[in-house]
Amino acid sequence: MAKLAFTKSKAFYDQYFRNPNPDKKSTHYCPGCGHGNVHKFIAEALEDFEVVDRSIIISPVGCSVFAYYYFDTGNIQAAHGRAAAVATGIKRTHPHSIVISYQGDGDLAAIGTAELIHAANRGENITIIFINNAIYGMTGGQMAPTTLIGQRTTTTPRGRDVHNEGFPIRVCEMLNSLEAPVYLERVSLHDTKHRAKARMAVRKAIKNQIDGKGFSLVEVLSPCPSGWKMDPVDSIKWIEQEMTKVFPLGVFRDKSKEVESFHFEKPQLPADQITDALGLSQLKVQHFEQSKPEEKYRNPGIKAAGFGGQGILLLGVALAQAGMLEGYQVSWIPSYGPEMRGGTANCHVHISEQPIGSPLVAFPDVLIAMNRPSLERFQNDVKEGGLIIYDSSLIDIEPSRQDVEIMPIPATRMADELGNTRIANMVVLGAYIGYTNALNKETVLATLDTIISRKRLIDINRQAIEKGYEFGYEMKQKASGK
Amino acid sequence: MGEKVLDKHITVINPELCKGCGLCIVACPQGVLKFHDKFNSKGYHYAYYVGEGCTGCSVCFYACPEPEAIAVYKKGYVLKENEEVL
Repeated sequence: MAKLAFTKSKAFYDQYFRNPNPDKKSTHYCPGCGHGNVHKFIAEALEDFEVVDRSIIISPVGCSVFAYYYFDTGNIQAAHGRAAAVATGIKRTHPHSIVISYQGDGDLAAIGTAELIHAANRGENITIIFINNAIYGMTGGQMAPTTLIGQRTTTTPRGRDVHNEGFPIRVCEMLNSLEAPVYLERVSLHDTKHRAKARMAVRKAIKNQIDGKGFSLVEVLSPCPSGWKMDPVDSIKWIEQEMTKVFPLGVFRDKSKEVESFHFEKPQLPADQITDALGLSQLKVQHFEQSKPEEKYRNPGIKAAGFGGQGILLLGVALAQAGMLEGYQVSWIPSYGPEMRGGTANCHVHISEQPIGSPLVAFPDVLIAMNRPSLERFQNDVKEGGLIIYDSSLIDIEPSRQDVEIMPIPATRMADELGNTRIANMVVLGAYIGYTNALNKETVLATLDTIISRKRLIDINRQAIEKGYEFGYEMKQKASGK
Repeated sequence: MGEKVLDKHITVINPELCKGCGLCIVACPQGVLKFHDKFNSKGYHYAYYVGEGCTGCSVCFYACPEPEAIAVYKKGYVLKENEEVL
């Protein structure tokens, strides 16, 4: 039956309750803005195809950032330019959903160019609606990559000059050089006939996705009367007279009839297959008794720092892993330069009886310093009453702090005596638990099986921990005056 | 309650939701939409249907950027209970 009533689509909310403005019935768009038209085309298509409840619209940065006010669908608001990448992730993890990336020219053709091109090149089965109004609308009418030659904007007050700002980017033509896209069309909103074409193009781009055809993009030449400083009727004339000369309308690519449908299925691997694939199926999950440290050594925030190559990060991993085996909440986060060896590295570890808010340790309870720059840099961050452990065979100064416990340990020399300077990290780790009893030695030794990938090195690391533990334990006895 | 069936095409414009952009007015093939002399609470001279001549073509509906400012009902449309279109 032919449609007898043209009214607001059911894919829109009746009341735009998410909009903080008291007016819950109007959009936030300026008079004559093309976003509203395209919203209506999308909403109508989703309703007609009966996919509203499984649609997810990705709203960009730009005026349409608030698309989620209006569409009664799922929505994710992507960081600037990242909509195509976000759409990819959603489509891959929710293959049954209909994912529409709705983007303007600043978002899609400037900051998001890389995401767009690669999503197109992968042939993601998503729909991109690209609103091209040749300007940055939301931020006040600055030049966009699509701004016409000679067009005045707030950042090209004398008009866009090719020698200074280059040429307008033609997105459809650019994507048309790729193999994967299935449907690319440029349409316009400048009159009744072209609005009808635009409406059909939006429908087709959505239908393609429903049918599993692949990547579809519709570029819509759309008026921005506020940004262009024109009245709405002059704006649509300007599209017809100026924009369409630079951005020719038409279908650039339509392989939707030729390509076969393909519906990506998320791999569903049972847990045992995943552990097999990771080589972890032999791993015995064992639980260890929790250590009983003195009150001041409980719930430590630890910062370990030194040269890259000293095994600082591994030291942190061992702490976190052992903490986990004892049933604590743990976190570990590394911070290191681009060098594999020789740069500086540090890591932050929490071992806590409570859930951890932030993995960062800005003010450590325990500082493990394996070189002089680390001691100098971080010692003043240590909390009053905290603990500084430093490698006295490498660091020729003493900590200046008087209000903390200090344990110098010639870790590198001890490691060398064991036969490998590179196990100094484990010597220090042993010393820390020997001194504080923050973790049980057995637990820490047990982590070596999983954190040391070369099995022949496990034994020497074990010796390093034992030796460090003894050292730390004795230091603690001395410090306690026993 | 006898059901009410529209005996002519009509365009209904919500004066409060109209932003006065005029796109429907230039798009209407019959020229039966005009700016009102009055303005709404936002200060826009809103568009209105002169009351005669609508052919139910829906061009104004798709020209209007606002989802709810314009509705077009064709002859033969059966009004739902309590629905009023005028």
